[in-house]
Amino acid sequence: MVAAAQHPNIKLMTYCEVTDVSGYIGNFEVTIKQKPRYVDHVKCTGCGTCTEKCPTKVPSEYDLGIGNRKCIYIDFPTAVPSKPLIDAENCRYFKTGKCGVCKKICPTGAIDFDQKEEFIQEKVGAIVMATGFDLFNWDEAYGEYGYGRFKDVITGLHFERMSNASGLTGGKIIRPSDGKEPKSVVFIKCVGSRDEAKGKEYCSRACCMYTAKHAHQVIDKIEGSSAYIFYMDVRTPGKAYDEFYRRTVEEGAQYIRGRVSKIYQSGDKLIVMGADTLLGRQVTVEADLVVLATAMIPSEGSDIIAQMVGCQTDKNGFYQEAHPKLRPVETMTGGLFLAGACQGPKDIPDTVSQASGAAVKVVAMFSKDELAADPMITEINENLCSGCLVCKGVCPYKAIEEKTITERIGGKPVERVVASVNTALCQGCGNCTVACRAGAANLKGFTNQQVLAEVDTLCR
Amino acid sequence: MRYAYYPGCSYHGTGKEYESSTHAVAKKLGMELVEIPDWSCCGATAAHGKSHLLNISLPARNLAIAEDMGIMDVTTGCAACYQQLAHANKRMTENKETREKVNKITGKEYKGTLKVKSLVEAIGTIDPELLKAQVVKPLSDLKVAAYYGCLLVRPPEITGFDDPENPMFMDNMMKLAGAQALDWAHKTECCGASLGVSNLDVAVRMINRILKAAVESGADCVVVACPFCHLNLDWHQKSVNKQLGTTYEMPVFYFTELLGLAMGISPDELGLKTHFTDTQKVLSLVG
Repeated sequence: MVAAAQHPNIKLMTYCEVTDVSGYIGNFEVTIKQKPRYVDHVKCTGCGTCTEKCPTKVPSEYDLGIGNRKCIYIDFPTAVPSKPLIDAENCRYFKTGKCGVCKKICPTGAIDFDQKEEFIQEKVGAIVMATGFDLFNWDEAYGEYGYGRFKDVITGLHFERMSNASGLTGGKIIRPSDGKEPKSVVFIKCVGSRDEAKGKEYCSRACCMYTAKHAHQVIDKIEGSSAYIFYMDVRTPGKAYDEFYRRTVEEGAQYIRGRVSKIYQSGDKLIVMGADTLLGRQVTVEADLVVLATAMIPSEGSDIIAQMVGCQTDKNGFYQEAHPKLRPVETMTGGLFLAGACQGPKDIPDTVSQASGAAVKVVAMFSKDELAADPMITEINENLCSGCLVCKGVCPYKAIEEKTITERIGGKPVERVVASVNTALCQGCGNCTVACRAGAANLKGFTNQQVLAEVDTLCR
Repeated sequence: MRYAYYPGCSYHGTGKEYESSTHAVAKKLGMELVEIPDWSCCGATAAHGKSHLLNISLPARNLAIAEDMGIMDVTTGCAACYQQLAHANKRMTENKETREKVNKITGKEYKGTLKVKSLVEAIGTIDPELLKAQVVKPLSDLKVAAYYGCLLVRPPEITGFDDPENPMFMDNMMKLAGAQALDWAHKTECCGASLGVSNLDVAVRMINRILKAAVESGADCVVVACPFCHLNLDWHQKSVNKQLGTTYEMPVFYFTELLGLAMGISPDELGLKTHFTDTQKVLSLVG
């Protein structure tokens, strides 16, 4: 991220939201909302004095509520730029008009409570979607795991924050309830993944590997500890993946093939009841900590952005690639590319690969003066078109615009509106040809006459 | 509130206390329970092991008779009867083909207009103020573990009135009666059901788990809403003690019995003196 921020050709816009996208491949117009930070980042040196002195603490979003952050803060240690912003919702100055400690002590006078949101227009030739993922809300679906009532039932991401050496616990794995070191840790995989009844039908792909890593960390960091992993399948297709999993097993991680039916609190222990389907027996494990590998789901708000940009989504809300095997980086909308988990659950190496692919696709597109487009696209017969523009409403690619033409009727020039196809945007889906009552919209290579001739022959 | 009432087989035998307390409480609450005439077996746990159609036909016959009574809602106290009636009702209303087939078998026309509610739902959805108004002897010192068992709230697509993993309907009713409803872990564990009759060795282990959790939670008593749960937890408590060397003396009540007590109905009328496990300890707490 630092390298991206420093690159002369890259304009990094943080704390921004895309609010509108118009135009098409090569000619996008993007409206970006710069949310007010209340800190002038030109003046700010990132010295951190304001954060230190801020008197208000709220639960940290980045640490998933395990720890607190100040109201003038940097979201996470490696954030770029390394300069703070003010959380106006919780800031004492914004709530009561009193305080302003940060403003008083800032040595460069960078605090600006009057900052307003700004809207920025940018012209771009291509867009890469990289909206990432969120975790499945297991506590709304899995009552058998306690609906989040037990403090020591956490998600893999919580565990990740704890095992991070620069995190709040300094890399020490603890029980959130009492801060003690857990001796027996149960991991449950596929929480929300591959569960059509309660969650999603798909595999979240990254969980098998990170759970193996977490189990390894428990065994490695906590002396005399036990790690139990309840699993449905162990899926490790990747370079050196299965070797890593084997190593974790050999270190002593106990893999139990079966689902957990119930977790309940007994004293300060969590009793985990489940099945071992290989032994054909019920098993009960007394655990100090339970870590759930929850499913990846599309990030909140990604559906709104998809509508704005004109990106199709699949039935699970992930962005739809143009072809599952041959065009996994492109979308059906020209000039729109995909990178990472917004397209489907994936791990870091896959994300980096896809993002690199997307970047190269954009570069390849920009390197040409002219775009090669599919010839099988819609053509409007202006003589038949009445200008009702029903076709415009059904076009998923925003490829139809209205156009005013001049005709000579009875010797006089008359102006009227007709539909017009943007040949760069049309993908030849045929929606408009079906919708057009006059039969003015016709797909080249698949004209109404051609299709009907085929039907006639078939029905003969 | 008028209900077509399905008593079920246990009501004249092992679940007599449930029957008497249900009617006593219903009277206080102004619920009219009209017994379905000529009702027959619901199929219980035996029918679905034999035939899918038999399993729907047995309860469907009762539904057809109930429909002719002109009362929209059917209720029953037994969790298994409820499950059977609700399941058949869902299949009969959702699938025209099944409905026609089953109606042919039963020889009765069920159109699929009824709503089946368990007694827990029927009483639990009464206006809380109405219920509260009837409470004259709040069960203030009583700590209860509300035990729902497996059939009352599951599967949710059949039952659908309470949370399948952490149900609260009975807890809330107990709170209205002034008792302290405990948060405990074994609300929906299986009691062993018919294994209590056919394979006691397995059943005692299942019963033991529930009683153990109830004792650990600090409960004075367990409250149930199913004659079979009651039979297993109450009657077989002795067998558990004998086989596993435990010393349980945990009174087990129907929720209607405790509601009745809070409403000032006499223990005799509620049938509290015919339990297998002594109820005196709890009765003295309630006063």
